Amino acid sequence: MSLNRRTFVSSAAAVASASMLPRAAMAADGIKLGSILDTSGIFDAYGTPMDMAMRLAVNEINAAGGLLGMQVEVVAYDTQSDMALYSQYGQQLTRQDQVDVVHGGILSASREAIRQTMRKSRTLYFYNVLYEGGVCDRNIFINGVTPAQQVEALVPYAMGKSGNAVYILAADYNYGQITARWIQKFVADNGGETVGVDFFPLDVSDFGSTIAKIQTIGPDLVIAPLVGGAHLSFFRQWAAAGMKDRIPLASTTMGVGNEHKVLTPEEGNGIMVAYNYSQELDTPANNAFKDRWSAEYGDSSLIHEIAVSNYQGVMTWAEAVRQAGSLDREAVIAALETGLSIGGPAGTVTVDPKTHHAVLDVHIMEIEDQGMRVIETLPQRQPIDTQAVCDLQANPDDNTQYEIQI
Amino acid sequence: MDLYVVVLVEMLYGVASLILISAGLAIVFGMIKVINLAHGEFMMMGGYATITAVNLGVNVFVAMLVIAPVVVGLIGLVVERLVIRHLYGRLVDTMLATWGLSLFFIGLATMIFGNTTTGISTPIPGFAIGDYQVNGYNFFIIVVSALLLVAMLAVLKGTRAGLVARGTMQRPDMAAALGYSPDRVYMATFFCGSALSGLAGAVLAPLVGLVPTSGGAYIAKAFITVIAGGPSLVAGLFASASFFGAVNQIFTFAISPVVGEVALLVAAVALLRILPQGVTGTFFKGKL
Repeated sequence: MSLNRRTFVSSAAAVASASMLPRAAMAADGIKLGSILDTSGIFDAYGTPMDMAMRLAVNEINAAGGLLGMQVEVVAYDTQSDMALYSQYGQQLTRQDQVDVVHGGILSASREAIRQTMRKSRTLYFYNVLYEGGVCDRNIFINGVTPAQQVEALVPYAMGKSGNAVYILAADYNYGQITARWIQKFVADNGGETVGVDFFPLDVSDFGSTIAKIQTIGPDLVIAPLVGGAHLSFFRQWAAAGMKDRIPLASTTMGVGNEHKVLTPEEGNGIMVAYNYSQELDTPANNAFKDRWSAEYGDSSLIHEIAVSNYQGVMTWAEAVRQAGSLDREAVIAALETGLSIGGPAGTVTVDPKTHHAVLDVHIMEIEDQGMRVIETLPQRQPIDTQAVCDLQANPDDNTQYEIQI
Repeated sequence: MDLYVVVLVEMLYGVASLILISAGLAIVFGMIKVINLAHGEFMMMGGYATITAVNLGVNVFVAMLVIAPVVVGLIGLVVERLVIRHLYGRLVDTMLATWGLSLFFIGLATMIFGNTTTGISTPIPGFAIGDYQVNGYNFFIIVVSALLLVAMLAVLKGTRAGLVARGTMQRPDMAAALGYSPDRVYMATFFCGSALSGLAGAVLAPLVGLVPTSGGAYIAKAFITVIAGGPSLVAGLFASASFFGAVNQIFTFAISPVVGEVALLVAAVALLRILPQGVTGTFFKGKL
């Protein structure tokens, strides 16, 4: 076939106009849920279970008849633990796929890489991970625990079991720095004293001198918001030095990515933590969730805190769409801002209309034989750190991540 | 008083771990002049070899001291035959090739073991020095490093194989004229270097959480130690490891871990400015 200029121009125009068909023409074939997670690369231990949880949630929604009479279709991208890919796939989700909602992002850096894209394109965005708090943006909903929710519960319990002199070992980046400040505040509020704070770059894996230094100061309690594989060495070396039975240990991060399953019982037993979820949570909702997960994937051992957050995030969005009776962003936000609640595997999750963060249950737990034994459940904790700086009802145009001053 | 003993133990441990992580590189880089950027990955593989063996029910000391060095040494042998032997004498090219190898090994380990942190616990319990609890495993590392230095010295100086190896490094043509195949000598030397890297990774494995990218944490320290050590293999390794280990631990103890890491790097820069040939370029000249 010969191609002259005239036929080329007209066929090119036809192709171009077909690809520019308005969104409405394609909406009939279903609802599109965009997901953007690191399911390969160094963060896949976090991302892969999150992806599994998201798909489980969507399958359950579809099996129950879908939303607004339509099936939900997943459009998922693997960002390969590469922050640059977040901006690229974020654009693709909003422009090309024109999804109705985006769930995803793991590290705070990845969230910040796509948050403005979502805001500009008016695509509703859910970030379902525990993080350092302070994001104030009407387009985003966040359901992970923030430091205040976690630390506020953990510190009094841990101090009650040990004593008033607290030593803090934290990862040296914004999460660790901000969390360490919160720990200091709650230690002081509970009548204790912070006797030392040390920050560690993420690749430090030798804690010998730190352990000796802690002994010269002799605190009653060590709290360790340490992050990643290298920092896991601390828990190991602490146990190897025989310190575990001398000074109690608490952490705000141990177990989020199922790290407690890597430590032996001798190393891990007795470490105090506080999260929204534990596999050992013995509630009908969690047992049913674990059964459904096993039925889907064969084995429930991969479930962790932020996988459950992702599941609850998708379910929260689905409930809001049902209540709004529409996919329109404003209608869904309005439904979420009524203080909508869902019952998830980790208990009731309620949207806080003022901050778009979540009010949720926090469980104080101790690590026991590679599991997390629930000691005490503190129902419906408010995200007080973000509430102190963010009010989207009074100031709906706000678009900042506040650094919390204590 | 007890505190000084504890700090001393920590310093010795710091020195010992530097010797351990640098020994394999000292042989590969110091003797056959191959810039092995995959050194960290050889250590990582030593760690995984140990953990896998222990999980299969092998005694932890056998796994660390025998299985891991042999496994990594054999991997090194394959790498030498396939890649490195074509690149002897081409310093920059070895750098590129081994960098590629390091990416390859990270990818391979990720495929086999996944990206999750793994580990085994230390086989030696902690014990008390006065009021202080110390990690008993530190002593094991100190002993292993000391034995390693002695063994290196004994082999290089006391055995015929060591003599042949040293001779070949100096004048391969002369060694060939005397009937020794330089190709075989290089191969054996690379095997030993790889095995030592594997040993280091194995012995350090119980102290850390291992991921496929763990090697990256060691590579910079290993190169700094070897380069600052200068031309003498064993004396250089010992001198620079002692200096950097002591500086690192003192600053870590006195101020903070961050300052400790910074102090090590500042000390390295200062040392190389004053002694550009490394410690043994000026002191202990001509020693092994």
